[in-house]
Amino acid sequence: MGLHRFEPLPADLAALQVEIEGHARRYGLDFFATIFEVVDSNQLNEVAAYGGFPVRFPHWRFGMEYEQLSKGYTYGLQKIYELVINNDPCYAYLMKSNALADQKLVMAHVYGHCDFFKNNYWFSQTNRKMMDQMANHGQRIRWHMDRNGVDDVENFIDACLSIDDLIDIHSPFIKRHAPVERPKPAGDTDEDAPRQPGRFRAKGYLDRFVNPPEAMAAEAERLRGEQARHEARFPSKPTRDVMLFLLEHAPLKAWQLDILAMLRDEAYYFAPQAQTKIMNEGWASYWHSTIMTRQGLTGQEVVNYADHHSGTMATSPGRLNPYKLGIELFRDIEERWNTGRFGRDYDECDDLTAKRRWDTGVNLGREKIFEVRRIHNDLTFIDEFLTLDFCRRYKLFSFGYNPDSTAYEIESREFPAIKERLLFSLTNRGRPLIAVREANYKNRGELFLEHDYSGVELQMDYARDTLVNLQRLWRRPVHIESVLDGKLAVLSYDGTEHNLEHSKTPADLATA
Amino acid sequence: MVQRIERDQSRFREIVRGRIRQNLRQYVTHGEMIGRKGRELVSIPIPQLDLPHFRFGKNGSGGVGQGDGEEGDQVMPGDANGQGEGHAGNQPGQHLVEVEVSLEELAAILGDELELPRIEPKGQANINELKSKYTGIRRAGPESLRHFKRTYKEALRRQIASKSYNRERPLVVPINEDKRYRAWKTIEQPQANAAIVYMMDVSGSMTDEQKQIVRTEAFWIDTWLRSQYQGVEIRYVIHDAAAKEVDEETFYHTRESGGTRISSAYKLCGEILEADYPASEWNVYCFHFSDGDNWGEDNETCLNLLRSKLLPEINLFCYGQVESPYGSGEFIRALRSGFKEDEEKLVLSEIRNKEAIFESIKTFLGKGK
Repeated sequence: MGLHRFEPLPADLAALQVEIEGHARRYGLDFFATIFEVVDSNQLNEVAAYGGFPVRFPHWRFGMEYEQLSKGYTYGLQKIYELVINNDPCYAYLMKSNALADQKLVMAHVYGHCDFFKNNYWFSQTNRKMMDQMANHGQRIRWHMDRNGVDDVENFIDACLSIDDLIDIHSPFIKRHAPVERPKPAGDTDEDAPRQPGRFRAKGYLDRFVNPPEAMAAEAERLRGEQARHEARFPSKPTRDVMLFLLEHAPLKAWQLDILAMLRDEAYYFAPQAQTKIMNEGWASYWHSTIMTRQGLTGQEVVNYADHHSGTMATSPGRLNPYKLGIELFRDIEERWNTGRFGRDYDECDDLTAKRRWDTGVNLGREKIFEVRRIHNDLTFIDEFLTLDFCRRYKLFSFGYNPDSTAYEIESREFPAIKERLLFSLTNRGRPLIAVREANYKNRGELFLEHDYSGVELQMDYARDTLVNLQRLWRRPVHIESVLDGKLAVLSYDGTEHNLEHSKTPADLATA
Repeated sequence: MVQRIERDQSRFREIVRGRIRQNLRQYVTHGEMIGRKGRELVSIPIPQLDLPHFRFGKNGSGGVGQGDGEEGDQVMPGDANGQGEGHAGNQPGQHLVEVEVSLEELAAILGDELELPRIEPKGQANINELKSKYTGIRRAGPESLRHFKRTYKEALRRQIASKSYNRERPLVVPINEDKRYRAWKTIEQPQANAAIVYMMDVSGSMTDEQKQIVRTEAFWIDTWLRSQYQGVEIRYVIHDAAAKEVDEETFYHTRESGGTRISSAYKLCGEILEADYPASEWNVYCFHFSDGDNWGEDNETCLNLLRSKLLPEINLFCYGQVESPYGSGEFIRALRSGFKEDEEKLVLSEIRNKEAIFESIKTFLGKGK
């Protein structure tokens, strides 16, 4: 079965592709071979429902997404302009009904994405044959469905998808596991010696008052106990890759393990896209606008192009448009590095007039943005390049939920507040940081997760139902520790009912 | 391309149906549907269709936006169903997905769930409905029905014939006699029609809560009957001591004080049927809702009217006695003793509260009349 399921590219579009690809290469973009498929709106909605893949495993959620997309399209609420798959070769879709000027824009945009996929570090560990792998996953899951029944398999998939964001997005780049964990002979290293309680410095004759022996003994005892608990703890360190942890330790059947492993692979494949949304869209928009305005457009296409470009860049108060933020940041970086507005001299200059006129003529802009697109993800991109000037120029503000008015309201236009909000929303793709803390909680094989609370509480109804799904995978009671109403709390589900325990201090729980 | 999505889509719809079925009693009871009634489709919230994830709640959450505005200005409304979250409890999750379902499908689910029998329309009730169908072309008609292609062809033909057509400048301008219009023919189609007459007691003892119950129940009755007949006509009668025919809006919102004389409504109902819905052509359904507090001597009149005038002419007469804060009346007992069990066309139901609507619908429609 070939991957080409749609119509071959008609001659005019094929010629267009050669032209746009040529422009992209001359600008130094570097991409995998790119295959464009022409599809009608139904096909595009279908492919989009499957996350861009023409073949995927069967699941009702894709049907739901398709319905929502088609409805949005029918009512004119939304229209998908471009869809690209990170694969070698890259696949991209062109909507049949688009005008030629639109197709050009889409192609130029797509080459930006393809370059980003190939060169951005965060994509470096993704499977470039994902098109094939997705098809294989589909095949295998259908096979499991034939053997185990559609309902059982689908229910199991539901449970897996419910925790498919509990992965460790940095793990492809860091070795977390020691290859084999062998017990070391006792007393072999200092680490194994019981920790000594800290002593306050004191003159010899004062020592037994400053560090009373009874207190020291009690403290030593406490430390021993803590260490023992720590050693007995499994896993020894909190692990964020909950999916992997379940793969290695949950009592699942072979077919269930197979499905969980496949869905975990898919989750890791999609993770970098969520990590680089602003950069990726910004980069693609930067290039479509550069190519189109300098080479691509004919006179009669300008209005059409301008209309669609401005549509893509439109902003609304409650939502930050990643296309707009991304392209403007790239332009800002290019401008700063062209004029030398970076580094110590510029930062330490107090003369506002001089700063405003600053131009060392170094012209490093283009080079710099290529470097940025290689190294960064959204989090580090914003952290490094969002400036006070930029926030002012683009009228950024931070907003928050006000329970009194039950609405989101503008909180601040102060640069640090804005940056903090933005960084928070980008941390871990905007999802709560959750890890397995204990797999043998209460010595009863119960699973204990911890939420690394950073100021925003979990949404309880979702948390409850996620626990239900987690329990279906772990088969023993599951717990999550988080903060609720400002107090530490443990939400539990034992397979039949939920339970919520508030505790006053973290210490209460340590001894529980 | 293989349309894989169709299978996933039908799977999704199957799940939606299942969830609706699970929650049907709740939808029926809370009358959520009525406010959402569109033309053909209702949009209903299906709980727990969304795949749950651990995610942030609203409190403390927020983001970064762009544009003008002062501190404190609202940028987005928080949606209503977020209220009260974050509190402890054992309720299942509230996350909802809105799904559109056709009223017809909803009726089918309701029918399945209540085990409602399909209605066999009365044999002689098949009347011929007149229906317009576009069948041809004619020379005159409204502009909205102009057939562009045929008009163009005529104009082109005329211009070529009169040698006014210029190949270099192919401009074709139709004049009046070129214009062609779609023509329709009226055809007769056999159709089973039904008429519903709703009667409601609006005397002082019927409160808004009772009326809400009536309204909810009537919505489901409508939905079911519409799924069984091609054409359904609905009339509304309100009464206290006297009866009058009103429109739907008035029906649900009128409140009168004073006494109750149910027979006035039955009499008016009989007149409506006689005038517009002869038994030979119509399947007639009458529903009467009251708290049952009737003038004592009026009960006998009601029984007589039912026996002699209404019941012989109609498919079904349903009386729903809605319990009011003032207690519930005697009328239902009068009907019970007046007719015993032998009268198949008369169905009685006591509706104590909202929760009883579900069973009441089943009682009313469960006979398949």
